[in-house]
Amino acid sequence: MSLILKNVSKQFDDASQSTLNHIDLEIRDGEFLCIVGKSGCGKSTLLNLVAGLDQPTEGEILLNGQKVTGPGADRVVMFQEHALFPWRNVIENVKFGMEIAGLPKAEQEEKAMHYLRMMQLEDYRDYPIHQLSGGMRQRVALARALTLDSQILLMDEPFSALDKQTSNRLRKELQEIWMSMKKTILFITHSVEEAVYLGDRVVVMSDVTGSIKDVVPIELERPRYVYDEKFVEYRHRILSEVQGEEEV
Amino acid sequence: MKKNKGKTLGVILFFAGILIAWQLVYFAGVDLLSIWKSYAMPSPSGVWISFIKLAGDGSLLAAIVYSLVRGAIGYLIALVIGAVLGFLMNHFEYLHRNLRPLVMGIQTLPSICWVPFSILWFGLTQQAIIFVVVMGSAFGMAISVDNAIRNVPSICLKAARTMGANKRQIYRKVILPASLPEMVSGLKQGWSFAWRALMSGEVMTTCTGLGQTLITGRNLADINQVMLVMIVIVLTGIVIDQTVFRQIEKRVYAKRGM
Ligand SMILES: Nc1ncnc2c1ncn2[C@@H]1O[C@H](COP(=O)(O)OP(=O)(O)OP(=O)(O)O)[C@@H](O)[C@H]1O
Ligand SMILES: [Mg+2]
Repeated sequence: MSLILKNVSKQFDDASQSTLNHIDLEIRDGEFLCIVGKSGCGKSTLLNLVAGLDQPTEGEILLNGQKVTGPGADRVVMFQEHALFPWRNVIENVKFGMEIAGLPKAEQEEKAMHYLRMMQLEDYRDYPIHQLSGGMRQRVALARALTLDSQILLMDEPFSALDKQTSNRLRKELQEIWMSMKKTILFITHSVEEAVYLGDRVVVMSDVTGSIKDVVPIELERPRYVYDEKFVEYRHRILSEVQGEEEV
Repeated sequence: MKKNKGKTLGVILFFAGILIAWQLVYFAGVDLLSIWKSYAMPSPSGVWISFIKLAGDGSLLAAIVYSLVRGAIGYLIALVIGAVLGFLMNHFEYLHRNLRPLVMGIQTLPSICWVPFSILWFGLTQQAIIFVVVMGSAFGMAISVDNAIRNVPSICLKAARTMGANKRQIYRKVILPASLPEMVSGLKQGWSFAWRALMSGEVMTTCTGLGQTLITGRNLADINQVMLVMIVIVLTGIVIDQTVFRQIEKRVYAKRGM
């Protein structure tokens, strides 16, 4: 797997200036890459381009050397809101992507249950979505995303709509899953702590220029702990980079 | 349970009260003060006598059945036209911009406006009535279908697209189930339009049906029969709404926890 953004810019039709400016970025195979930046700096815009939901005005995005032109199951997205289908119950939701891919029924069932177990949701197999808590919904969404064995998983602030306690638990679970699967993940967040906790590298975006301000490799062993001295150091450093523009 | 009983009792008392008040007004206005002529004012007892007469010779039941069958045929045709039109208006941006306002306009026409056309084209026949029903309800349903599809949350569509769904799969597995609750509500409303249009059509022709029974009442100067038919029209419409459409709606909504 290789995903490369080459000189990517995006200007919306009705905007006076470019939201993204000349972004060059390579996401490595098996890497957990986090992008942080202030609200409105273009994080979601960038993710939508990688997902193929939108097209860059300049530059190109290459997945394994192939130009990305539209959405596809090789780049599954997990959104901030759960994006589950309310007319399907838990297991039916998890199977959705596999149905689209036309997997045999038995395989769908087996894989869906595998990931539900991983999310500790096997007891909720037949629950309607509206009876689940916000955290459970995001776990179902993650299970659904994982069933597709996509090349890369794109996550747009998947935990930010949850309360602090639930989001901390989920990011811990995500860390464990990533440690066991080594899936390539592009993870967007406005929480620096979350980024340092999860990422191999943290990309800091600037909302002034719409470009990449810094890329910080996080050289900490996993599992990580937020009270570690090193962790706090990283956190402060990146936080001041994110907020630094306020003084300008 | 007790609360329910109380409610039922409340309903019975309410309607009994209306009947008694109605009979009293009739008694005062017609018998005591002679403000109204008895042939111009229906009374509960008179309506009841009409009911015994029309129910006894089976003509009331026949009228209901004929009207319902006609209504159902017209409604189903309108449903197909409405669904196709609504889908097309939604799918093609050009049609959405240009055809939709036109359909909106036509939809506001009272269905009686279609009667002259239908009689010229079909004569005083069943088809003429059905035509009025179709014209009276298809356009409203087309608008409902268009709206229902347009209101599918974009997050659902995005999620499906990023899981590799193609256009056809998105229609079948996302748009259709996602828009179902709103569509059912639209189809339910379509039924009430169809039922009203049916009456506009029926009073114009001589085919057996509730509309015709109403006109017969007028021709015989039998105001009680007119009133009876009006009541039956209301009740039949409500019964169909509650037994068919409300049940479908309930089922669709329950699954989604709405
Ligand atoms: N479809 C669109 N049309 C026009 N402008 C848009 C569109 N989508 C986003 N923008 C603009 O682009 C900028 C970046 O938006 P984006 O959603 O990418 O920010 P973000 O970093 O994800 O913010 P948040 O942290 O609040 O989610 C904003 O100024 C926004 O107004
Ligand atoms: Mg965003």
